[in-house]
Amino acid sequence: MLELLGDNSWMAGKVLLATWETIYMVLISTVLSYLAGLPLGIILVTTNENHILENKGLNQVLGSIVNAARSIPFIIFLILLIPFTRFLIGTSIGTVASIVPLTLAAIPFVARIVETSLKEIEQGLIEAAVSMGANARQIIGKVLLPEAMPSLLLGVAITAINLVGYSAMAGIVGGGGLGTLAYYYGYQRYEDTVMWITVIVLIILVQGMQMLGDNLAGKIVNKRR
Amino acid sequence: MIEIKNLSKVYFASGQEVLALDDVSLTVQKGEIFGIIGLSGAGKSTLIRCINMLEKPTRGSIAVDGQEITLLSQHELRLARQKIGMIFQQFNLLSSRTVFDNVLFPLEIAGVPKQEAAKQVQELLELVGLTDKAEMHPAQLSGGQKQRVGIARALANGPKLLLSDEATSALDPQTTRSILELLKDINRRFHLTILLITHDMNVIKKVCDRVAVIDNARIVEAGEVLEVFSNPNTPTSHSFVNAVISREIPGELLHNSVEPSGNSVSKLIRVSFIGPSAGKPLISSMIRRYDLDVNIIYGNIDRIKDTPFGNLTLEILGHPDLLQKALAYLRSQGLEIEVLRNA
Ligand SMILES: Nc1ncnc2c1ncn2[C@@H]1O[C@H](COP(=O)(O)OP(=O)(O)OP(=O)(O)O)[C@@H](O)[C@H]1O
Ligand SMILES: [Mg+2]
Repeated sequence: MLELLGDNSWMAGKVLLATWETIYMVLISTVLSYLAGLPLGIILVTTNENHILENKGLNQVLGSIVNAARSIPFIIFLILLIPFTRFLIGTSIGTVASIVPLTLAAIPFVARIVETSLKEIEQGLIEAAVSMGANARQIIGKVLLPEAMPSLLLGVAITAINLVGYSAMAGIVGGGGLGTLAYYYGYQRYEDTVMWITVIVLIILVQGMQMLGDNLAGKIVNKRR
Repeated sequence: MIEIKNLSKVYFASGQEVLALDDVSLTVQKGEIFGIIGLSGAGKSTLIRCINMLEKPTRGSIAVDGQEITLLSQHELRLARQKIGMIFQQFNLLSSRTVFDNVLFPLEIAGVPKQEAAKQVQELLELVGLTDKAEMHPAQLSGGQKQRVGIARALANGPKLLLSDEATSALDPQTTRSILELLKDINRRFHLTILLITHDMNVIKKVCDRVAVIDNARIVEAGEVLEVFSNPNTPTSHSFVNAVISREIPGELLHNSVEPSGNSVSKLIRVSFIGPSAGKPLISSMIRRYDLDVNIIYGNIDRIKDTPFGNLTLEILGHPDLLQKALAYLRSQGLEIEVLRNA
């Protein structure tokens, strides 16, 4: 890859820095979005009819909020959130500032993806636990999450991959990372090489994340087989 | 152990009411194996699931060991459930846990200290014969082994009652037999009350002391298994009994009789004998006493739980008065007699 840069080897440092920024943004916002999205997903599942914390009202309200949030395109979300990000971080430019819209956009996505994973668990398993006298906390911690772990891990990979794409979008409005790099050098200065390098790095990042997710999930599944 | 009174359950599904249990009353004694048999959709699962409140009854009361289950708070109900084991047709083992950890699961729920729990799991695995499979995952086990794990898990908290919802229905006949033997063994050893539901009369025949027949949301017959087998009172019970004990007589035999001559007549009768009377030479003494001719059409002997049970289809010829006396004699000896044809 460095050969591709040819005389422009000064750029290697910039690419590396931008790559690190992207990884950093994606990692932090994945973690933060799970802190909120995982409990939300659990509530979405368990408040369903005939589930352990059945609550029709709460389920419908939460479901509508999540749907509403998910229907806003990220680029609009990004602009809408600028005042909020400024208020929270003091600026709306840079890697740290990007974490705010990335996390907020990912939370409803994570909630749904966690919900989907947990929904796959057979009713019989939950019933068995109920019949043993387990409470809701025990069922969530000892049945739902461990049983759905492979699927949950794949969900994390999908979330992170989505956030790589989002982070590039954030980069165009000054969010830092590979998006900003591609925009400055590729779009504004017509340096094709930088564009291509960015694309290649992004592909490697996404592939790596998917492979990591597949691997971890596969390991668990294999152990249980 | 279980006292069910006037239990009804109505489901509301897509705007429709389904009456799954209709005024069911039932008593299960301490230490017995009680079977409930019925066709698909009769309400068996609903009934057994009401006992640990997996389904909430619409009306009626259920007392388990003197405790009214339907009136408990959430917390009290969880504690009560820890003392009611349950096993399932689909086993419902956690794929995320090893065999050992699956059996540990209910002990974790009950908050049993780790060391004590581990020791108990060892003992339970020994009891069900799976000590060498402790570190395996359920997916690596056969159906019978999975159900053994299910049984060990259900026994972990020392229950006073074991509920079995079609626990052998997913197993082959030989595995079914070994699981039933295990249940019988547990019942004897720990004096554990077992309530099982099934659609297979063989299961009832092999392990149950008493049986209730459920048909269309109602209990239509209940009693000692031997009684129900020898004298089923409803069409549903009849067909269940016939499914495991051949009682049907081929049609042509009902007509093709030896021509009665002179003033003698013939009757086709079925004699059912239970337990000790199976050993006595009652038929031969009847022949001698009443000077009859006997033609043996069909006979079989079987075992209901631990008691021999048989039936014999005979064509008897003789003087009408003597025939009557002979039947009375057999009845007086404790045999069940059914006249299939008079001629
Ligand atoms: N959750 C439910 N919602 C609505 N109707 C139900 C529900 N569960 C059971 N039923 C209905 O109640 C009746 C009794 O069902 P139940 O499952 O108790 O039968 P069963 O005797 O266990 O049958 P099977 O041998 O097929 O398991 C059936 O008509 C069934 O359709
Ligand atoms: Mg059923």
